[in-house]
Amino acid sequence: MDNIAGSKSSLGWVVNISVVLLVALWVFPTFGLLVSSFRTADQITGSGWWASLFPSEQTERFRANDPDENRIERDGLFVVEGNIFEENGGSGDIQSWGTSSRAVDAYKPGDVADLGDGETFSVDAAGNYVWSGNDEQISGRGQRAFVTAVSPPEFTTENYVNIMTSGDSNDNMAKAFFNTLTVTIPATIIPIVVAAFAAYALAWMDFPGRAILIACVVGLLVVPLQLALIPLLKLHVGVGIGKGYLGVWLAHTGFGLPLAIYLLRNYMVGLPRDIIENAKVDGATDFQIFTKIILPLSFPALASFAIFQFLWTWNDLLVAKVFLIDSTGQTTVMTDQIVNLLGTRGGNWEILATAAFVSIAVPLCVFFAMQKYLVRGLLAGSVK
Amino acid sequence: MNPALLGLITIVAGVGGCIGYFYFSNQILDKVIFPATGPDAGRNINRANMVRPWLFLFPAMFALGLYLAYPVFETLRLSLTDRDQGGAFVGLANYQQMAAEPKFWEALRNNLLWLIVVPAASTAFGLLAAQLTDRIKWGSIAKSLIFMPMAISFVGAGVIFKLVYETRPADQNQIGILNAVWLQFDGGFGSFLMLQALPTLILLSFAGIVAYVGWIFVRPIAESRQNGGGAGFVPLRLFVGVAALYLVYLSLTSLIGVFTFDYPYGEPQTWLTIPFWNSFLLMVVLIWIQTGFAMVILSAALRGIPEETVEAAIVDGANPFQIFFKIKVPQIMGTIVVVWTTITITVLKVFDIVFAMTNGQWETQVLANYMFDKLFRANDWGVGSAAAIVIMIMVSPILIWNVYNARKEMK
Repeated sequence: MDNIAGSKSSLGWVVNISVVLLVALWVFPTFGLLVSSFRTADQITGSGWWASLFPSEQTERFRANDPDENRIERDGLFVVEGNIFEENGGSGDIQSWGTSSRAVDAYKPGDVADLGDGETFSVDAAGNYVWSGNDEQISGRGQRAFVTAVSPPEFTTENYVNIMTSGDSNDNMAKAFFNTLTVTIPATIIPIVVAAFAAYALAWMDFPGRAILIACVVGLLVVPLQLALIPLLKLHVGVGIGKGYLGVWLAHTGFGLPLAIYLLRNYMVGLPRDIIENAKVDGATDFQIFTKIILPLSFPALASFAIFQFLWTWNDLLVAKVFLIDSTGQTTVMTDQIVNLLGTRGGNWEILATAAFVSIAVPLCVFFAMQKYLVRGLLAGSVK
Repeated sequence: MNPALLGLITIVAGVGGCIGYFYFSNQILDKVIFPATGPDAGRNINRANMVRPWLFLFPAMFALGLYLAYPVFETLRLSLTDRDQGGAFVGLANYQQMAAEPKFWEALRNNLLWLIVVPAASTAFGLLAAQLTDRIKWGSIAKSLIFMPMAISFVGAGVIFKLVYETRPADQNQIGILNAVWLQFDGGFGSFLMLQALPTLILLSFAGIVAYVGWIFVRPIAESRQNGGGAGFVPLRLFVGVAALYLVYLSLTSLIGVFTFDYPYGEPQTWLTIPFWNSFLLMVVLIWIQTGFAMVILSAALRGIPEETVEAAIVDGANPFQIFFKIKVPQIMGTIVVVWTTITITVLKVFDIVFAMTNGQWETQVLANYMFDKLFRANDWGVGSAAAIVIMIMVSPILIWNVYNARKEMK
């Protein structure tokens, strides 16, 4: 509408800034978790994740090496030399330092601090220190130093390695990851096949009661699955399936069907009537029409539903908790394991953030790769 | 057996079984039961075509019946029986027991709050995002970033927001962004602007919008009195009017609270344990997820608006706000209702967020979590089923509305 005279908005920059703010507000929480998952436990508890994105200035206390073991004699004085960062970890560019907690920034890098009676201490910008004095001064415990250094942002993938290979079955996400995958794939594929045939019948076959069936499907779309938990668990135990993969696959199939039928039928109804009638005239059976014409043409709708069902089953907690996870805990899925971690590891953000991101990563990839189909499905799936 | 192998076998068996079923049942129908040969060929083809739809439909209908329709009735039955007495019929005893529990009323109250706040906020933000992103060059990128939380599980979102709400002792660095921001406030002018002026603005505009919507609903009654004609849905209109009046009253009284409240500046807060307000912090999670959904649908609707109407308004000298509220919004009202109801259903079923973040502690209980608690922790199937029925009752107006609309559309 920009071409209409007078519609050129003078508010252009306001709109841009508002959208930037809105997007920032929506992305920040996830981004924070992502950043946190690449930091060590100490870093996470030491400062907010936003601080890790910039070079940080930190003052830390160091102690020189044990003089009794490391001192060397030079020109009649005893000297201890070393590098603060090599000995204590960390890195950075030293801004200032001091030897007393009351004046941590008393000296610049390279200055020599006079500790009295000829004892001296100096630190340069790279963290190399020299501590020298007489026999008595260079003994006992190492000299303290307070160093203020600017260290560059530092990230690690250690958390991910830990969480995938951890020996502790509570922390290890690898098993839960494969369990989730095992739940998800059959639970995505099977309802598609079942629903496609039903949708074809509801879209292109004439029979009494068709309108009522469609209305039923629309009604079942919104039935809360909470109602189904106890009756179906009783049923599953009754017929011997019990709690397990088969039960959860069946449950997901049942719960996904209304949306699948609704989406696919709406799409199939819109296919051109001519193609189907021509095929019928040429002697094709319904089964042939369905497999050779309808299915290939309905690919976008099938993809839409597949993404929905995949996201829904991957992210599901309730159905897995009721129909799958038994007391042995061997069949736990990722969502369930994260909830458990929230209970047992509430403060260990390096574990929590990483575990959560392992489970979020796959749906996010699917989302960004197939967003087009997801949007299309949403537009078709909301009851008009 | 290895679950992955079992999964593979299930896929093959499930898919192969389905296709095999459809293929062979069609073959049997055409070749064995009603063969299209012999003296009755024509009649047989007709008969076969009458049976065939049911062959196609059977597996889906069976699964739907077993997994969704049957449980509704079975749950209703279970809610009237007592498991401890061997499933004896106990009438409404479970409902009475539930009504006597303060936790149930807390859950119901919270659910109603969720029902008002989440759909309203998600739709409003979605509409705002849709309108703004349609006007800028990088709109599609912005859209997919706002839409992204749709892919994140409720549990994952729970973890994400737990980090946002995280609290550390006062003498340490805050790692939760909410507390870090909170500690920036010191009672000065900035605090006044953000904590008193802004809430005032929000509350006033909320009250204004609610009053306007209420007036739209009530106005036909007043008009019909003048015209002498009957207005449909009078009880519904009156109900909406009263509800709107109550909400306006509520927001005006909380306006006083904004100015009299003594903010604890400088102290990090454990956000999720503050009664009443913690529910809103949980709602933020769902709003964050659902806004993308609202935005996508409303953005498509906004694009579908005929340009002539907008052009005509511009020629008549309407400003951008008038164009938006008086030309565009009325034209997409139907879509807004659809978005609203869809989010409402999601809200009614919300379970994972509360379960993962607070598990109903600190007065954040909701019905779905209450039900889960009863079913699997207290092992009280009767009361759990009763709670499920309450959820079903709350959903059913939308169910009826949807079916009504779908039938209207098909005619």
